[in-house]
Amino acid sequence: MSETGELLTQNAVGAEAAVRKAGGKRELSEGKKAERKLGLWLCAPAALVMLAVTGWPIIYSIWLSLQRYDLRFPDQQAFVGLENYVTVLGSPYWWQAFGITMMLTVVSVAIELVLGMTLALIMHRTLVGRGLVRTVALIPYGIVTVVAAFSWRYAWQSETGYLADLFAGQTDPLVNFWSSMGIITLAEVWKTTPFMALLLMAGLALVPDDLLKAAQMDGASAWQRFVKVMLPVMKPAILVALLFRTLDAFRIFDNIFVLTQGSQGRSSVSIQAYNNLIKGLNLGIGSTMSVLIFITVAIIAFIFVKLFGTAAPGSDEEGRR
Amino acid sequence: MAEIVLDKVTKRYPDGALAVSEANIEIADGEFIILVGPSGCGKSTMLNMIAGLEDISDGELRIDGQRVNEKAPKDRDIAMVFQSYALYPHMSVRENMAFPLRLAKVDDATVRAKVDEAAEILDLTQHLDRKPANLSGGQRQRVAMGRAIVRSPKAFLMDEPLSNLDAKLRVQMRTSVSKLQKQLATTTVYVTHDQTEAMTLGDRVVVLRGGLVQQIGSPQFLYDNPANLFVAGFIGSPAMNFMPATLADGKVTSPLGDVTLTDRVRQLVEAANANRDVIMGVRPEHFEDARLIDDAARGGGVVFKSRVEVLESMGSDKYAYFNVDGRHIESQELAELAADAGTADAGETAMALVTRLSAASGASEGEELDIWFDADKVQLFDPESGRNLTYSG
Ligand SMILES: Nc1ncnc2c1ncn2[C@@H]1O[C@H](COP(=O)(O)OP(=O)(O)OP(=O)(O)O)[C@@H](O)[C@H]1O
Ligand SMILES: [Mg+2]
Repeated sequence: MSETGELLTQNAVGAEAAVRKAGGKRELSEGKKAERKLGLWLCAPAALVMLAVTGWPIIYSIWLSLQRYDLRFPDQQAFVGLENYVTVLGSPYWWQAFGITMMLTVVSVAIELVLGMTLALIMHRTLVGRGLVRTVALIPYGIVTVVAAFSWRYAWQSETGYLADLFAGQTDPLVNFWSSMGIITLAEVWKTTPFMALLLMAGLALVPDDLLKAAQMDGASAWQRFVKVMLPVMKPAILVALLFRTLDAFRIFDNIFVLTQGSQGRSSVSIQAYNNLIKGLNLGIGSTMSVLIFITVAIIAFIFVKLFGTAAPGSDEEGRR
Repeated sequence: MAEIVLDKVTKRYPDGALAVSEANIEIADGEFIILVGPSGCGKSTMLNMIAGLEDISDGELRIDGQRVNEKAPKDRDIAMVFQSYALYPHMSVRENMAFPLRLAKVDDATVRAKVDEAAEILDLTQHLDRKPANLSGGQRQRVAMGRAIVRSPKAFLMDEPLSNLDAKLRVQMRTSVSKLQKQLATTTVYVTHDQTEAMTLGDRVVVLRGGLVQQIGSPQFLYDNPANLFVAGFIGSPAMNFMPATLADGKVTSPLGDVTLTDRVRQLVEAANANRDVIMGVRPEHFEDARLIDDAARGGGVVFKSRVEVLESMGSDKYAYFNVDGRHIESQELAELAADAGTADAGETAMALVTRLSAASGASEGEELDIWFDADKVQLFDPESGRNLTYSG
C-alpha cells in the first residue's frame, strides 16, 4: 500500500500531465489528497463569509423575482413563477436599456484598453519622476464617481458650462442623444482608464527585458515587438483587466444618473432596475431585473474565463518561460 | 562572416558609471573570441554595444570595415544568445526558431527548410511542436542556439549561454557549441565566467577588469605569459599561488625558501627593471612530491618541507593543500580576484598553498612532505603596478 503510494507520488508529475491530456479524472496520491483537504479547510472561513454577504442577497432577490410583489399593492403579493421574467424580457424598455448598456460597455472598455495601454507604456518607460507621473495619472480614479459626474454635468450644461460653450449654438449636448452618449462615455473613460493602466502596467512587468532584446536582435521593429512579443506574453493581465472593467462597466449607473437621469430612453439596465425597485416600489419586477443583470454579468465572466484558456493563472501548465 | 573591430570603444552609462573604457579589440573573420573577467567588469556591456542594444559613448565599432555605431541591431545582421535563453513563451519551438526569418519576410518553404535543418543539427527535430516551458534546460538552450543559427548571421554573440545548465550538461553543450562554431565558421563573441569554457572554447581570450582590457591572446599564451597579476590570478583553476618575496642578485627569498632564478628568468627580470619587493607566483601544477623527482632534475628547482593539511585525490592527480607562513599581500588586484572567487577573508596570517601532485605520489594527510617546485616556472610581479616582471610576450 505504502509502496504504491510512493510510486504514485513519484509518477505524479508525469501521470498528471498524461491524464490531463486524456481529459479523464486523475487518481490522487495520499499527499495530494491531504493537501487538497487542507486547502479546503483554509478556504472555508472566507467562503462562509462570502456566502453570507453575497449569497444570501442573491438568493433573496431570486425569491423576490418569482413573486408578484408591489409595495403599493401589498395585499396582491403572490407566487407567480416566471411571470415577471416574461414581463421584463417582453418589454421594449428593458431591451433598449440593455442595448444602450452593451454599447456603452463595449465602446468605453475598448477606448479604455487603448488609452490604458498607452498610459501603462508611458508609466512603464518613464525613468524620471515615475512616482509623480503615476500619482497624477491615478487622480481621476481617486475621485468619487458621482462628484466627477457632477463636474462633467456642469461643464456640459448649456449656457453655463465651459465645455458646452465650445459647441454653442447647437442643441444642448446633454439633451441630444448621441452627444449625451458621447459625454457619458467620456466621463466613464476619464474615470477608469487609470485603473486599466495600473492593471496593464502589472502585466508589462511580466515581460522580461531579455525577451524584448532578443526580439530586437531578431529584427523586430518596435511595433512588432509590441504586437508579437509584449501583447501575447501579457495576455493574462490584459484579460484580467478587460474582465474587471467589462463587469464594472456593465453595471454603469452613477454617470448616467447624474448626467441624464436616464431620461428619453437613455437608461442603463441598472437604472431600469433602480427605477422599478426604488422609485416604482415594485420589488418583483425590480428583483427580476437585478437577477437578469447578475446572469448577464455571470455569462460575461464565464466567456472571459473560457477565453483565458491556458492563460488563466493556476491552470497555466506552460508557466512563465 | 564578418570581421569586427572595436576602436577605442567606451561606454559611459547615463548615471556616470564607466563600464567599458577605450577597448581596442580586432576580431578576425570566423574567429571564436571569449570575453572573461569578474562580475561587473563590463562583459555584457561590451557585447550589447556590439549587438547595438547599448549605444556606444565613444570610439568606433566597425563590422567588415564599416562603421556601425549608429546602426540598429536588426541592420547589423548579428544574432545573440542570452543567458536566460529569452525564448518566446507563447510560441512553439518551431515558431521560436522561425521568428527571425518570418520578420525578414522569408517565404514559407525556405523557413521550413531552414528550421528543419537547424533542428537536425541541434537534435531538436522531435521537439519542434512543443512550447519552451515544456523543455529541459539543455533543450531550451539548444532552441536559443537554433534561433541564432537559422538566419546565418554575420556573427554570433553569446552572453554566458551555458551558465544556467548543470555541470554535466554544461560540458556536453560546451563541446557542441565548439563543434557548431567550427562547422559554421561564423565569427563568435562569447562571454563567460567559466574557466574551462574560457580555456577550451576560444581561439583567443580577452581578459577584462573594471572596463579595461588587460590582455588579449590565445588561452595557452595567457596561461603561460600573463601580462599582469590580475590575468595570472584570473586564468587557471585552481589559481596561481602568490606570495611576497624579495629579489636580490638573481635570487628570490620567499616563504618557500630561496629560489635561484634560471638564466632565462633572470634575463627577463633584469630587462624589466625589477624592484626589490616582488610578488612570486607559482602555478599548482609546477609543484611535485620531491620523492618523485630524480636527482638530475632536483637541482633545477627548490625543495621545501610542509605539512599536508588536506589531500584530495582526483584519480588522475592529487591536490595537496598546505599552510605556509608569510605576511598577507596587499594588492588591489588580488583582493578583487578573491572577492570575485568568494574567498575574500581579511586578517589571515598563513597563506594557503595549492599544489597539484601526480597520482603516483604517496603523500597522505598530516604528513610532513618534501615538495619540489620548478624554478624556471616561477613568475615575478611588481606589487605596485601588478606588471609581470617575467613576461616574455
Ligand atoms: N543600465 C546601466 N546603468 C548604469 N550602470 C550600469 C548599467 N548596466 C550595467 N552597469 C554597470 O556597468 C558595469 C558593467 O556591467 P556589465 O553588466 O557589463 O557587467 P558584466 O561583466 O556583464 O558582469 P556579470 O558577469 O555579472 O554579468 C557594472 O559596474 C554595472 O554596475
Ligand atoms: Mg553580464
